[in-house]
Amino acid sequence: MNFLDFEKPVAELIDQIEKQKLIGEKSKVDVSVAVRQLEIRLEETRRNLYSKLTPWQKVQLSRHPDRPYSLAYIQAITDSNFVELFGDRTVKDDKAIVGGLGSIDGQTVMFIGQQKGTTTKQRQYRNFGMANPEGYRKALRLMKLAEKFGKPVVTLIDTPGAYPGLEAEERGQGEAIARNLFEMARLKVPVVCIIIGEGASGGALGIGIGDRVFMLENTWYSVISPESCSSILWRSWDFKEKAAEVLKLTADDMLKNRLIDGIIKEPVGGAHSRPEEMFKRVKAEITKSLQELGALSTQTLVNQRIEKFCSMGVVGQSN
Amino acid sequence: MSWFQRIKEGITTSTNEKKETPEGLWYKCPSCKHIAPTKDHIARNYVCDQCGYHDRIGSQQYFEILFDDHQFTELDADMISLDPLEFTDTKKYSSRIKDTQKKTGFKDALRTGVGVVDGEPLVVACMDFGFIGGSMGSVVGEKIARGIDYSLKNKIPFMIISKSGGARMMEAAFSLMQMAKTSAKLTLLADAGIPYISLLTDPTTGGVTASYAMLGDVNIAEPKALIGFAGPRVVKETIGKDLPKGFQTAEFVLEHGFLDFIVDRRELKSKMAQLLRLFKN
Repeated sequence: MNFLDFEKPVAELIDQIEKQKLIGEKSKVDVSVAVRQLEIRLEETRRNLYSKLTPWQKVQLSRHPDRPYSLAYIQAITDSNFVELFGDRTVKDDKAIVGGLGSIDGQTVMFIGQQKGTTTKQRQYRNFGMANPEGYRKALRLMKLAEKFGKPVVTLIDTPGAYPGLEAEERGQGEAIARNLFEMARLKVPVVCIIIGEGASGGALGIGIGDRVFMLENTWYSVISPESCSSILWRSWDFKEKAAEVLKLTADDMLKNRLIDGIIKEPVGGAHSRPEEMFKRVKAEITKSLQELGALSTQTLVNQRIEKFCSMGVVGQSN
Repeated sequence: MSWFQRIKEGITTSTNEKKETPEGLWYKCPSCKHIAPTKDHIARNYVCDQCGYHDRIGSQQYFEILFDDHQFTELDADMISLDPLEFTDTKKYSSRIKDTQKKTGFKDALRTGVGVVDGEPLVVACMDFGFIGGSMGSVVGEKIARGIDYSLKNKIPFMIISKSGGARMMEAAFSLMQMAKTSAKLTLLADAGIPYISLLTDPTTGGVTASYAMLGDVNIAEPKALIGFAGPRVVKETIGKDLPKGFQTAEFVLEHGFLDFIVDRRELKSKMAQLLRLFKN
């Protein structure tokens, strides 16, 4: 288990519980009462701690190294009835975006998601979840495939941004994302997007145009990361907590500003504390959304999607 | 003979050769230092006749260059940003807007004009870099959306002239969603079979490149304009070495297949008129 700085009280309690158990085993002394008391305290501490997280702490949780990533969700939701599909049919296969056909209780769905790695090697292999243009083009190819066969699309968003590399520029990172925004807006099948970790800017939006857009409770979604925002506006990385606040990037703020459609609650302690429970909740939300969206005609579906995004923004008149 | 030779232009001029120019009457090209009367410079659409350097200009200049007799009607001229997040960094966003409005005379970073280009009607949405780096916030998105509505209603081709550092940070996720909004709106134009021409000028980066600027039926750019998704500084930091010469210039982007052609600003109007007629007939 990895713990973040603000999770120290939780880490200490878990440590104490482990120690008590060890004593019990070694000395055959009954420690069950002590352990139970500690466990109650742990539960309370957790509930307290996670009910009043600051925006920056949520950003930290969204990047927690133990957090489940896209493939874990897809495998759990489809009960491993999933065939991964590769390649953009133009340049190469981008490992930072995964996708394929899977089944949710008998209904075939096209899954697409940014994928991060769990070990250092894996992280490099997945390019830390930062896609190149071919990743976005692979995503678009899979969406078009879904459209052709009338299958709904579910995207799982978790990226620190689109990759800002030299080759990404050569192969048109901007065009690749723009094309996805355009084509997703008019895709003739239901699209559900869920931010499961980091939702950084255009890189996230590139697979984020949906009829329903959800955020998990401890994720963030904005035009820029708090660190980069701090370095641009305050010319130093020291204001990242402040930047996280002013950017209004939490799920609550995003829902309040009507830029997303809903929040999926995480288990106390974050998605990684009880992943199975998290998968279940995400699956339930997908099933519910697809049922609602399946009842709409294609024209209504597309019109509503376009109208939803066109209504975003706040402007006024000068006197 | 010195050991080292300066290869970068502009720093070899000795002091006595330096050309100083009085404000107003004369124009000095920042690239080749050529001096010309301002009047002539304007007549050449702000392009240096010696080296072809394209001066950065704003919406008013583009409208005057494109539209017949400099005549156009501005749409939504009074639209302003409302600071939905009450954003404060080193300065309040609301006062930043007011100050910039006062300083530049613009209401926001984009203006929409409707007029006639060599007899062909056209709606032009043009960005102003002078307004917070030409950044895209709610006003830019909404003005483009309404400009498209006007095009749809009157069946007039649509053009966006981009000049922007990207999304406006002070409107955070609202800015981000303007990428979605403008792209979604452009699908309606496509469905209606109305041409959309995107002109990318120096500089066009970030969220603007990753949305409407790259979505033209025809994408064109001005010579040597900086065009990219990530800014050159960010790319340099990512790869940890110097960028190749000409990286992210219009010529580079054309070579990699993301532009249809590059147009000299002195020929912009005639080229646009030609395109519009070819689409129409």
